[in-house]
Amino acid sequence: MINNCLQYLEYNALNYGEKLALADENFGLTYKEYMEKAKIIGSFIAKKTNSTTNSPIAVLIDRNIASIVTFMGIVYSGNFYVPVDALMPKERIELIYKTLNPILVIDARQKDIAEEGTAKYEDILESAEIEEGLLKNIRDNAIDTDPLYTIFTSGSTGVPKGVCVCHRSMIDLVNSFEEAFDFKHETVFGNQAPFDFDVSAKDIYNSLKVGGTVQVLPKKLFKMPKMLVGYLIEKKVSTLIWAVSALRIVSDFKTMEEGDVPKLENIMFSGEVMPVKALNYWMDKVPDARYVNLYGPTEITCNCTYFEIKKRFNDDEMLPIGKAFKNTRVILKDEKGAVIKEKGKVGEICVMGTCLALGYWNNKEKTDAAFINNPTISAYEQKMYATGDMGYYNDDNDIVFASRRDFQIKHMGHRIELGEIEVALNAIPSLDVSCCLYDKENEKIVCFYQAKEECKKEIVMELSKKLPKFMWPNVYVHYEELPMNKNGKIDRVKLSETFKKSEEK
Amino acid sequence: MEQLIKIMSEIRPDLDFEKETKLIDDDILDSFDIISIVSEVNEQFGIEINVNDLLPENFNSAAALYELITKMLNE
Repeated sequence: MINNCLQYLEYNALNYGEKLALADENFGLTYKEYMEKAKIIGSFIAKKTNSTTNSPIAVLIDRNIASIVTFMGIVYSGNFYVPVDALMPKERIELIYKTLNPILVIDARQKDIAEEGTAKYEDILESAEIEEGLLKNIRDNAIDTDPLYTIFTSGSTGVPKGVCVCHRSMIDLVNSFEEAFDFKHETVFGNQAPFDFDVSAKDIYNSLKVGGTVQVLPKKLFKMPKMLVGYLIEKKVSTLIWAVSALRIVSDFKTMEEGDVPKLENIMFSGEVMPVKALNYWMDKVPDARYVNLYGPTEITCNCTYFEIKKRFNDDEMLPIGKAFKNTRVILKDEKGAVIKEKGKVGEICVMGTCLALGYWNNKEKTDAAFINNPTISAYEQKMYATGDMGYYNDDNDIVFASRRDFQIKHMGHRIELGEIEVALNAIPSLDVSCCLYDKENEKIVCFYQAKEECKKEIVMELSKKLPKFMWPNVYVHYEELPMNKNGKIDRVKLSETFKKSEEK
Repeated sequence: MEQLIKIMSEIRPDLDFEKETKLIDDDILDSFDIISIVSEVNEQFGIEINVNDLLPENFNSAAALYELITKMLNE
C-alpha cells in the first residue's frame, strides 16, 4: 500500500539504483545516492528535533538538485518542507517565517557560507549518519494525510498564504498523470519551474513515480533561448511541464528557425492562458510531441483539469482547460451556489477530491473562506475549493477559462494579488495612495499613484525591499490626485479607461 | 550610450547600469527585463536584435549591449 511519497524513491533505489535520478548544471545523483543522502538528512533532523513530526522545515533553495534531496530528507524526518527563495526581499521572508514558525531552516544553496541560523546541506551530509531505526519508527507512525509540503503564494492583505498539501494528494496526482499521459521509465523531465512553485512538484514526483530523470535547467537559459534549446537537446530532455511564459520565450524569439530541434514527447503548460499563436509555433517546429494545457491552482495540488491539443486552433481561438483528471470533480457554480450544466454560461470553477490541499497553514479564516462545504450536499460533509476563476462549457463540454472573480492576476507565470502590491506601495512615505491594474494586452502591471511629485525611482527602490521582482509594477502613472468614485473609493474603471486611451495614442 | 542607459534604467530603475557587468551571469536581469529591453532597443534604434544575439556576452553590461547596437547600426 502506497501511503507515503518516499515509497516511490525507495522502489526506484532498489530496482534502478544506478540510474540517473537528478541532475543539474554541475552534479548528478543516482536513485541510490538520492535516497541515501535524503536518509542522512532525515536522520539528522530526527535526532536534532527529538523526532518531532508534522512540523514545518524551511529550505533555502536555488536551482540545484541539493534542494530536491533536502525536500526528501525532510519528508524522511516525518516533517514537511517549505521552499523559500533566498533572493526574495528579507522582509517577505520574515513575513513567511512569522506565519510558518519553522522548527528548522536548511540552506541547500550552492554557496560557501550558509545563512545565519540555518543548517547547511553539505555540513549535514558530512556530519550525520543514517539511523534506520529512527526512520523506520517515523514511517510506521505516518499516515497519508500528513503534510508533504507547504508552498507560499501571494495574499491580498499583504501577507503570503501557505498552501499545505498532504502525501495522499500528491500520490493522487502522480497516479492520475501517469494514467493520462503514460510517462515512462525513460522520460527525462526538463525542470523549468523554481522549487517554490508547485509546478516543479510535478517534475519531482512524476519522475519518482515512473523512475525517470529530472534535469534541472539553469535559470540563465530562460533569458538566452538559443542556449536553452541546445541544452534540451544535449541533455535529451523528453518532457516539458512548464509555465506558459517559459514556452513563450522560445516561440516569441523564433528560436527554432534553424538548426536542430529537441526531441520532445510531451509539452505541457500551465500558469496562464497559452496564446494559440505561440502554441502553433511549437506545433510547427516540434510536430510529434503531445501538447497538453493543464489547469489548476496550488490549493488543489497542481492541476485539476487538462486538455490535450489534437487539432490546430486558429490564432484568435481560446484553448480550453478541458476536463477533470480522474478522481477529481470539477463543477461550475453560479452566484447562488447552483451547479451550472448549460453550455456558455459563466460560473466559478470549483474542485472536489483527494487533490484538495489541507488548507492554508496557520490561517483558519482564509482556509474556511476558500475550502467550503459542497453546498449541494447536506447529509454529509464534502470539501470543495472555490478557485475564484470563472469558466464556461464549450460545445465539446470542455471548460474554458473566462476571467477572475477578484483582483488576482497571472503575470509571467506568477500568481499575484494586486492587493498585496498595493499594501506595499501604500506604505511608502512620499506616496499618498495607489492602485494597481493589469494591462492584459501588453502584459504589464500598471501602478497609478497619488503623490506630490513623480517618484518612480523611489517607489521601485522601496518595493525592492518588500516584494519579489515579479510583483513590481512595469508602468507607473503619476497623479496629483487619483479619481474617486461615488463610494469614495479609487475609481478603477475610470483609471483603466484613461490608461487605455493614452496607450492608443 | 546615454539613450541606452535611459532605456534600461526606465525598465529597472533600481539598477546602476553604468556599473553592472554581470547582468546575466549573476541573474540580475530576468527574462521579462530582457524582452522589454530588446523590444525598446529595437524600436528606438531601428534595429532587429534577434535570437542569435541573445547571448550572455551581449547582455552582461550596458557597454556590451551598446557595442552590439553600434555593430548592427554600422552593418
